[in-house]
Amino acid sequence: MKIVALLKRVPDTEARILINQEGSGIKDEGIKYVINTYDEYAVEEGLRLKEKTGGDSKVTVVCMGPEEATELIRTALAMGADDAVHICDKLLERPDPFTTASVLAKAITLEGFDVIFCGKQAIDDDMAQVHSIMAEMLDIPQVSVVTGFEIAPDQKTATARRRIEGGDEKVETSIPAVISCEKGLNEPRYASLPGIMKAKKKEIRKKTLADLGFGAVPGEARSAILRWVPLPKSAGCTMVQAEEMRDAVKQVVRLLREEAKVL
Amino acid sequence: MANDILVFGEVRGGGIKKITKELIGAARRVSQSNGGAIDAVLIGAGAGKAAEALKDFGLRTITVVEDGVLAAYSTEGYARVLSDIVKAQRPSYVFLGATAMGRDLGPRATAKVDGVMFSDCVDVRMEDGRCVARRPVYSGKVYLEIARTGERPTFISIRPNTIPPAEPSGGNTVIESHPAGIERAAIRAIVAEMIPLEGGRPDLTEADVIVSGGRAMKDKANFKILEGLADVLGAAVGASRAAVDSGYAPVAIQVGQTGKIVNPKLYIACGISGAIQHLAGMRTSKVIVAINKDSNAPIFERATYGIVGDLFEVVPMLTEEIKHALS
Repeated sequence: MKIVALLKRVPDTEARILINQEGSGIKDEGIKYVINTYDEYAVEEGLRLKEKTGGDSKVTVVCMGPEEATELIRTALAMGADDAVHICDKLLERPDPFTTASVLAKAITLEGFDVIFCGKQAIDDDMAQVHSIMAEMLDIPQVSVVTGFEIAPDQKTATARRRIEGGDEKVETSIPAVISCEKGLNEPRYASLPGIMKAKKKEIRKKTLADLGFGAVPGEARSAILRWVPLPKSAGCTMVQAEEMRDAVKQVVRLLREEAKVL
Repeated sequence: MANDILVFGEVRGGGIKKITKELIGAARRVSQSNGGAIDAVLIGAGAGKAAEALKDFGLRTITVVEDGVLAAYSTEGYARVLSDIVKAQRPSYVFLGATAMGRDLGPRATAKVDGVMFSDCVDVRMEDGRCVARRPVYSGKVYLEIARTGERPTFISIRPNTIPPAEPSGGNTVIESHPAGIERAAIRAIVAEMIPLEGGRPDLTEADVIVSGGRAMKDKANFKILEGLADVLGAAVGASRAAVDSGYAPVAIQVGQTGKIVNPKLYIACGISGAIQHLAGMRTSKVIVAINKDSNAPIFERATYGIVGDLFEVVPMLTEEIKHALS
């Protein structure tokens, strides 16, 4: 099976995000960049599928990102992915979902694919669109926010479990397909020391837009960010205390009824 | 036509989901400024019955697509139907819920009509002749305001529980049927079974009241104390990542940056320290009550009301006092 796992470089969840002076974006200094949380589940699921199907199954990581993404790609290789494609081009600085989907779809088509795993969304722009647009461009089915994945013995279909409001859905899909991964799908493995050593020799194929056959950035801009808006400041907490805890609790209930009016 | 808004309503069990009324509320906000008409489309089993429930909301038309091939949800089926209707009716904007369904089919339908989509928006309004959407980014640590350039159909998915639901307003709504326009054989992924969550509590993303537990819960069994409080309030039960990672609660109820994003009227945080990642999931709650032994816990910076105390003492007392107050 040809398994593809998508990977995006994003700020760490701990990062303090502040709007820059010009109001044109966020302040970059001091931010630690990591593999998008949900993409870790994608890489892990790809590895499990490779292990399950055996034979000549292989996992190729595909990442569209700046030079600095290389070390994160190496981490995925150290986890056990076989090789990678790193699409890196100065023209791809702030791509919108259509551009990203076009580029990834092209790169993945050149590699060949059976199952494409990706995170449900990237924790920087939180758009959650690329996987869907890409599936449409590749003309294959998709299943989103997957918490369970099982390939059929004939490898032509799969069953996926996905999380919706009020419960789970069991979805039957044909293969090839795009599977967007949700927390709970698996526990991503840590890269072992032998894994890290092996990763140094694994191939990362670097591609520019021209290498993929694009004359220019695919897809013209469809939207413009008008402004960045900081979160409203907190009004301040009313700490409720009393001699007896019971009285403090009664006071909170009173405040919830009479002041906040939520009871 | 220019300025018209198409609402993709969600149907469940022959009725309409609350998000549908929220989308109409959002659409009214916009059409009040730009004079556009509001139409709706309902797809799937029970769509016809659901349309009857919507006919007093001042909509121009409601298109019902109730073909058997769409009885179970499928991305390709629903995206194809929605995109066909968008091509036929040519709305300027399409509003969907940022729900599991909306987030899945929205971008696919957008791709089919070569449109543009803004996901998970918390506000929409007209500004200089365009619909501007406000959306959280970096897990809700900052917002941006975005609008389309050009005239493509613009899909906007709106976060549940954020915009007040519309009330009935009368009007002459025309209800029309539309064929599916897609064969079963063309649908390659489809829902085979729906497994409801146990407990009968409201879904976290739709809940008005949430009682949530952190690492201080110490044990899975102790969540019973929170359930007791949740029962009295008709609330959903949530958990912090620390509680989930420690095995005290299932990941399905995790609230936070890599869990559920919630927006209740009342969020009661029990033994939760208030890490950035947790706040990212619940900071927009209207009222936050924090109970924590540590007076320096960051949650107190964000809470409306705070009690420094042991949750094992405070929560049962709170349950009794609320039961008393509500009786």
